[in-house]
Parts: sequence; C-alpha cells; structure tokens
Amino acid sequence: MKNYNLKKINIALLILITVVSFSCKETSQKDTGLYQCPMLCEGDKTYAKQQQCPVCHMDLTLASNSVKNEGEIPEMSIFNLPSKWKNQNNDTITLMDLKGDVLVMVMIYTSCTSACPRLVSDMRSIEKQIPDKQKNNVKLVFVSIDPLTDTPTRLKEFAKDNQMNNEQFVFLTGSIEDTREFAAALAVSYKQISPIDFSHSNIISVFNTAGVMVHQQEGLGVNNAEAVAQIIKASK
Amino acid sequence: MKTIGLTLSILFLSFWIAEAQVSPMVTIKGGEYIPLYGSDSTTVKVSTLKMDVYPVTNQQFLDFVKEYPRWKRSIVKGLFADKNYLATWQNDTILGHNFAKDAPITNVSWFAAKSYCECQNKRLPTIDEWEYAAMADEELPDARQKKTYNQYILSWYETPKTNTNKIGSTFKNYWGVYDLHGLVWEWTGDFNSVLISGESRKDVDKDSNLFCGTAAIGATDLMNYAAFMRYAFRGSIKANYAMRNLGFRCVKEISDEKL
Repeated sequence: MKNYNLKKINIALLILITVVSFSCKETSQKDTGLYQCPMLCEGDKTYAKQQQCPVCHMDLTLASNSVKNEGEIPEMSIFNLPSKWKNQNNDTITLMDLKGDVLVMVMIYTSCTSACPRLVSDMRSIEKQIPDKQKNNVKLVFVSIDPLTDTPTRLKEFAKDNQMNNEQFVFLTGSIEDTREFAAALAVSYKQISPIDFSHSNIISVFNTAGVMVHQQEGLGVNNAEAVAQIIKASK
Repeated sequence: MKTIGLTLSILFLSFWIAEAQVSPMVTIKGGEYIPLYGSDSTTVKVSTLKMDVYPVTNQQFLDFVKEYPRWKRSIVKGLFADKNYLATWQNDTILGHNFAKDAPITNVSWFAAKSYCECQNKRLPTIDEWEYAAMADEELPDARQKKTYNQYILSWYETPKTNTNKIGSTFKNYWGVYDLHGLVWEWTGDFNSVLISGESRKDVDKDSNLFCGTAAIGATDLMNYAAFMRYAFRGSIKANYAMRNLGFRCVKEISDEKL
C-alpha cells in the first residue's frame, strides 16, 4: 500500500516535470503552403515538401501566396493570429471565425471624442456605398484599443447609440497583449496618453475573404472611393 | 522513498539546467523619469523589473528555432516575418559564416522576438522600460545630461556593422546591464505606440509634439536627438520587419511579494 502511494507521488512529480518543461505556449501550426526556391530557379515550380532547390541547392521557402486547397489560409492572412476576442454579444471568437466575409477593420475606443466619431462616420459612409446584394458578404469590424474600458456591454451600447446594431457590424475587445499584436499586424499605432485618452493612427483596412489585406486608407474624411472599390471587388 | 528522492533530484536538476540555459538577469529598480515624449503628464512611472543582462544571442535564438520549428525561416509565415528574417543564416538551422554564437541575434521580426521571450516565460520590455534602463551609464542611473554618454551613443549610431560584435563588448551600466547602446537596436513590446508615420502628420490627434520641430529636432541638447532617433526608428518599422541591426532582449516582471 505504501509502495503504491509512493508510486502515485512519483507519477505526479513526473507529470509536474513534464508540465514545467512544456509550459511555453506554442500554437504549432502545420505547414499549409507549397515550397518554392527563393531564387525562383525553376520559375513558379513548387514542391509539397520542404527540401533543397535542385538547381541552386538553397532551402526552399514557402511560396508567398501558396494555399494547397481552399480550406487553408494564406501566409499573409490575419487569420493566422491565434488571439481570442469578445464581441458585442459577449461571444468569444477568433479572427478565423470571420473568415468568408470581406472585412473592413478599424481600431477605435468608445470614450474617444475627437477622431473616433469621424472614423465611425467614415466606416458608415463606406458601408452605405456597398451595393445591397453584396452587403451580406461584408462585415465592418471595430476593434477596441481600450479593452479595459470597452467591455462587450459597452460595445453593445456604442453600437446601438451609433445605429450600428445589426449583424453586419462587429465590435471586438480582447486582452491588452492581443490588441497590441493585432495593431502590429495591421501597422496601426496607438498609445495611451492619459487615463482616458489614446492617440492612434486613423487607418481603415480592407481584408479579402481569406483574411489578406488588400487596401488601407489613412486619414480622416479622406476620399474613400478606392476603399469602396476594393471592397466591392473582393466581395464579388 | 528512494524513488521520491531520485525524482525530486531530477526535478531540481531539470530546474537547474533550465536556469543555466536562460540568460542572466538583473533587477532594475523602478522609478519615475521624463521620456522624450509620452503621456500628458510629463513623468512616467516604471515598475521594478528584471532585465536580461545581454541581448539574445545567435546561439540562443538558434536553440529556440530548433525547439519551435514554426520559427524556421523556411516555415515562418509572411505575416509574422518578412523575407529578411534570419537572412544571414546558411539555412534553417546553421548560422551565417561571419556570425559568432555569442553575437546578438538580428534579422528577427517583432513577432519572433515576442514569441522567444514568451517561451522563456518573459516578455519584451516596453519602450518606457527600455528607455528607463538605457538612460544609465556606468555610474549614474540617469546619465542623459552627461556629454560623454550622449557622444558615445551618437558615435555608435554612426558606426556600421556593430551587430557582429559579441555581447558584453560594450559597457556595463549602473544596473549591471550590458549593450543597451553600442551593439544593436532592440525591439520593444509596444514599438507601435510611436505615432510618426505618414498619417500622423496629417491628423492623428494630440500627438504633434514628436514631429513638430520645436519639441524634438529643435531640442537644445544631444540627449533628445539620440532618443529622437530611437523613437523615429520605432515609428518607422513594422512588426514583420527583420533588420540587420535590430535585435532584442527580454524582461520579467517581479511579483509584489518578492519586492
């Protein structure tokens, strides 16, 4: 009996060791792409396995936009980000869950009184220009840069107050770290400059249905014809 | 009983090995400082934390890549690292010819640096944490008013290829940290909190103090000039950029009870 207990403790210790040595979070992703010589020795020829180029013997690299089949996501897709978010309905989602629609994304915070209302109106102006039959394929996504203040409840109120309370509008709030990473992926900068205020880039980004950025519009109240054209093109 | 003892010693041994592999850290005692530019209130508070004594080396990063193959240059996704990622390496797991094992790793993206630190149970320093630790010279925690300190930094900015020098080859600062100046530029966790890109000049709100000449370029002393270079650099890079002179080090927060 005693021996049995000892064994149990031992096993527990061993498990502990294993847990300790693998504690780093690794979201291992399987290679999804096709391999290609970085020097393009054989033109566009791709290989399924990672090997050396038969011509110049360099290691093959993932072909930039390679996707083996439709279910897989391209290299530059923001769906590669593993972060989890809460939407205005308090559902937990990943960016991958938004796959399939054209995404128009902007980063704001709800207590903002200067630039954000103008960004919101820019988003609505873009939304109005999308033909009705394509609207179902487009989502307008607002990501909070102030996750501590912008709870799902608050985002819901914000959506209502700004007449954006339907399925086409998605409001997301995440952890401080994931928000910083998301901004980094979009080349958006922001900084908290006082307890309630942030300074931030005014950038609206358009992503195709696979999550690859196809257009960025910088500035407030700028001519959004190009953004709209890209959205219409991507949602066809 | 013997078996428990054995397992326990294996446990401690594995901790000890893990400890030996991680790079040494020193404590940076927190305080307040006035950054080149920051929040509305001019002083910024930095909490006490531990910082790597040296930047992460080629060998350390190689070990990391071997352990986490998704960071191999042939596998890494373009979203996370551009084409220059580990470009000086001979292949996925062999360093470049002219790069010593104990020279700082460069040509790494922000995503890769961030992941490295997380895998050591650490994180990248914030801009404020980095700048706070880096305003020290050999003797003073804040040497920014000293002419020699500023001249050292600026003359380094003009020296090419310092990234092939070995870690520890510059000075040991007040806190016991090496190479914050003189070797490579370093990633910070919130590098993208500097608003200096094209759109900011037009209409980013409340952030004109960095770009309007009076506050930065026209500053009266070299101290602001050197810092301005760093902020401008941070404001000009993207998270998947991998550059020859840009490496990183990690920090670790200290929980309150340990203070």
